[in-house]
Amino acid sequence: MKALTSALLYLDGVTVSFDGFKALNNLSFAIAAGEMRAIIGPNGAGKTTMMDVVTGKTRPELGDVIFDGRHNLTRLDETEIAELGIGRKFQKPTVFDSHTVLDNIELALKSDRRASAALWWRESVGERRRIDEIMEIIRLTAVRGRRAGSLSHGQKQWLEIGMLLAQEPKLLLVDEPVAGMTDAETQQTAELLKEINRDRTVVVVEHDMAFVRDLHVKVTCLHEGSVLAEGTIDQVSANERVVEVYLGR
Amino acid sequence: MCFRRAWLVALLFALGFALSGTSAEAASLDEALAHFTADDFSETVEGINEVAAGGSPRAEIILRALQNDQLMFSAERKAVYIMDDAGKLTDAASGRPVVGAAPADLDNVRINNRLRGAIEAVLGGLTLLASDPGARFAAAQAVFKSRAAGTLPTLETAIAKEQDPRVKRALMEARAAVILSVADAKDEDKLAAVDIIRQRGDQDALGLLSSLPAGTSPRVMKAASAAIAAVNNRLIVWSVVQNAWYGISLGSVLLLAAIGLAITFGVMGVINMAHGEMVMLGAYVTFVVQEAIRTKNPELFDYSLAIAIPLSFLVAGGIGMLIERCLIRFLYGRPLETLLATWGLSLILQQAVRTLFGPNNREVGNPSWMSGAFDLGGITVTYNRLWIICFALAVFAALLALLRFTRFGLEMRAVTQNRAMAASMGIRTSRVDALTFGLGSGIAGMAGVALSQIDNVSPNLGQGYIVDSFMVVVFGGVGNLWGTLVGSFVLGIANKFLEPYAGAVLGKIAILVLIILFIQKRPRGLFALKGRAVEA
Amino acid sequence: MTHILIRSLDRGATIFLIVVAAIAIAVPVLNLALPDSAALHVPTYLVSLFGKYACYALLALSIDLVWGFCGILSLGHGAFFALGGYAMGMYLMRQIGTRGVYADPLLPDFMVFLNWKHLPVYWYGFQHFPYAALMVVLVPGVLAFVFGWFAFRSRVSGVYLSIITQALTFALMLGFFRNNFGFGGNNGLTDFKDILGFNVEAKTTRAALFSVSCVAIMLGFLLCRAVITSKFGKVLIAIRDAEARTRFLGYRVESYKLLVFTLSACMAGIAGALYVPQVGIINPSEFAPANSIEAVIWVAVGGRGTLTGAVLGAVLVNYAKTFFTTGALAPYWLFMLGGLFIAVTLLLPRGVVGTLRHWTAPWRDRASAAAEDGVTEPLPAE
Repeated sequence: MKALTSALLYLDGVTVSFDGFKALNNLSFAIAAGEMRAIIGPNGAGKTTMMDVVTGKTRPELGDVIFDGRHNLTRLDETEIAELGIGRKFQKPTVFDSHTVLDNIELALKSDRRASAALWWRESVGERRRIDEIMEIIRLTAVRGRRAGSLSHGQKQWLEIGMLLAQEPKLLLVDEPVAGMTDAETQQTAELLKEINRDRTVVVVEHDMAFVRDLHVKVTCLHEGSVLAEGTIDQVSANERVVEVYLGR
Repeated sequence: MCFRRAWLVALLFALGFALSGTSAEAASLDEALAHFTADDFSETVEGINEVAAGGSPRAEIILRALQNDQLMFSAERKAVYIMDDAGKLTDAASGRPVVGAAPADLDNVRINNRLRGAIEAVLGGLTLLASDPGARFAAAQAVFKSRAAGTLPTLETAIAKEQDPRVKRALMEARAAVILSVADAKDEDKLAAVDIIRQRGDQDALGLLSSLPAGTSPRVMKAASAAIAAVNNRLIVWSVVQNAWYGISLGSVLLLAAIGLAITFGVMGVINMAHGEMVMLGAYVTFVVQEAIRTKNPELFDYSLAIAIPLSFLVAGGIGMLIERCLIRFLYGRPLETLLATWGLSLILQQAVRTLFGPNNREVGNPSWMSGAFDLGGITVTYNRLWIICFALAVFAALLALLRFTRFGLEMRAVTQNRAMAASMGIRTSRVDALTFGLGSGIAGMAGVALSQIDNVSPNLGQGYIVDSFMVVVFGGVGNLWGTLVGSFVLGIANKFLEPYAGAVLGKIAILVLIILFIQKRPRGLFALKGRAVEA
Repeated sequence: MTHILIRSLDRGATIFLIVVAAIAIAVPVLNLALPDSAALHVPTYLVSLFGKYACYALLALSIDLVWGFCGILSLGHGAFFALGGYAMGMYLMRQIGTRGVYADPLLPDFMVFLNWKHLPVYWYGFQHFPYAALMVVLVPGVLAFVFGWFAFRSRVSGVYLSIITQALTFALMLGFFRNNFGFGGNNGLTDFKDILGFNVEAKTTRAALFSVSCVAIMLGFLLCRAVITSKFGKVLIAIRDAEARTRFLGYRVESYKLLVFTLSACMAGIAGALYVPQVGIINPSEFAPANSIEAVIWVAVGGRGTLTGAVLGAVLVNYAKTFFTTGALAPYWLFMLGGLFIAVTLLLPRGVVGTLRHWTAPWRDRASAAAEDGVTEPLPAE
């Protein structure tokens, strides 16, 4: 199929409403392959709903979401979208509590997702090496045998990022990765995201302006379900309307 | 053509009756009796018909006496007497004993077989003139079925003087039925009769029209077959109406059973498998109330439900609150555990009731205002079903009002929408939880009062409704009271429309399958909530 | 294949299998070899009773597989159990032949009684044991597959699924109560004579059936172990703990659920098939929703998410049921059963085995404890 757009992710006129309330209102923007984008906006601006639409959790009433120039995500479900190579990290860290850290990564590891394959699956040497690698990146090697439920909040956030890495997605959607983290952890997370961004496209939703500033990337500010401003962090924070609705005077 | 003549005479008599009023009754009876003194069969026939048509309360006694050869006359005195088995004479017209010696020329009024037939027919029709409209109606129905030709004159009289439109209608139909079964009636009369029967339009009418006697003229036959077609159409329409009525009735029962569940499951998200037992408890409260009334104050029986409804609300609601405080609040957020624990609770409640009241059905009576039925067009409406529909709708309306207009309703909606926020606003969430659960249980208890009127009151009463109620709530959309209303009536009506084709059991299975398929299309029910709330 | 076996057989599993195997041998030996007067003699009625428990244990395993490891609380497993039982019952009915009351060579008694002239088509083939055995697995499996396909595809889960499974078994019960369904209506299937040529009433047959039931438990247990220790099993637990997350990882949750649900239904069918010759009757009351829920509580008592717990729970609760319903306490049994539901959910949410494991966890290596069963702490499945 011919590519419709050169952007990796392209939202076109997406509208979602809940009982008359428009969570997304004719939202359009594009994210280029290899880019890292920060999405900011006040509560209720539609940031999480936007992620829900991209990952197939919510179906929009109007509009298209084109991935990789040829897949219309509005017609696919969560599983199909994940298999196309879109990974998502939730606002509240969600890992599999009763599994070990190792099993969590193993489950996320790129592989044949079919039930029949899972029944007969055996870990290969390459997969073992890949898991070790990820453990190092997310700094959880020492606790690999522990149940994920017993990890600290920050460790869970990192484990979830590790799981995203293991999925080897083309596009990562990261919802508030530093919520509840210490300053040091926040800094490390920013480094980690930048490292990931070297070979993957990343979309970060974040409230923490210092963290967004650290990322040094293009920023999109949402308000009432549509784009209010787009540009560098300095441009956006200088925007009259952004200041009015979000940053405050 | 003795028929025609009798008819004319009867008509004249009826006219005379209508003009002269009650005083004419005695006079007409004397005149009629005079015929018996002529000692002539045709005069006697005249006498029989006139006595019958006169509508005197003595008519039956006189005619029975004639039938039993106990009617005597004296040509000399021009008087008619009745002689009982003991040989005592009474005056036929007045019923007073005869004083003094019996007349010398006393003799039987002779009858032959033709006269016996006439007496039979006339006696059958006599109750057509009874003073009680109910008796007249029943007699008309009986004649409609028997189609005895001899009743025709009496029918004419009765029709002429009938005031009650319902009885008049029945009498007209009876006359039409008789005319249609008499071979020598005129075609015009028969056509008019066919028309009347067509208007009756039920199964009996069909039976009558399709069994006209041989020798009926083609013209009448044609009219009859047209009438049959019309009646058939009418019957189809009425059977649809009937099914709809049964469906609405079932729907109201489902609504009653499900409405409490819509609160506990739909609004609070607590799955209470003991909900059916709350209904059962309500029914037993009714039983206890009625027992107490029977032994203490039987005249209050008609008010038993008025006492039972608030009482059952309090009992079931109180137990509900107890359950919430002692059990369910420890299980919030664990629906599957709640399901199991409340199932255990339902076992305990059932067994407790079984131990207290015994395992058999207990007798719960209908108050007088809830028993009986009336006809509405082609269907029969029973009062208890009608009242239950009204009650269900009233409870529904009251609940909506409670949620919308009261402080408690506001707090309840606040707690279910955002518990933490409500708590921080100073709402005592745990109290609201207990009250909400108590409300749902109390409504279930009231449903039990209504169900006790139409169902067997046994420890298993609740079990029969639990799956159905859940289906209603799931079908209607969880957390939406209007969905529950629409859901229960849709399921009730669908059930009753499927039943004639599939039978009760297969109908039920079909409904279950349909709901499962329906959930495919709309996993969150008819009236789904949207947005973030559903993820909670 | 060996790696699957090694993976499945940890210390606990091995001990469990040895214990069951020992019982499978000991009970028949104590019944058949010892004279009636011996102190250790096991009377035949107990052999049948234990056989019944064994079937219930297998049913409990099948429920634990879907509930304990995938969070699917089925309140309709009694339906699969009963369907397997009916398939076996049909085979046993066809074995009666001319020994029935009406001595019809083809038609079972109840059909003669109902004046049926021909054997219904769906009764064809049941005179052959292999065909009946196939149906024991196939009928519940296909029903579970079709039902699950509809239910899981439309993401019916949690209590909704529970209610619908309950409605399923309720509907089947209504159906089987009808005479024209062709399964004996109210009375069900009974008066069996022999199975595979052996008299069902004979001591040796009963002992053999008991041993077969124990072997079925062992095989069922091994199968469950193999499933839950595989990556498939890890995905099941992931679905139980965070279904949405599993979807976002790219797993097709509905096919995992469908596969495990169907597998579980087949196991329940086998349990039912072994149950019928040992109790000598199958009737529509086996479909009663109350039976299915009762089976769930066995698992809860033993400890969901622990296979040994499921087996232990089934045996314990049923032993208690036998003990109490036959004595002077019979009227209070339902109070006790109801109380058990409440007590287990409130006070012992991990069940007996789960709680023991939880207590002993500090003494064991936490990591290996977790890897051992895939789960140590069954969390609420929502």
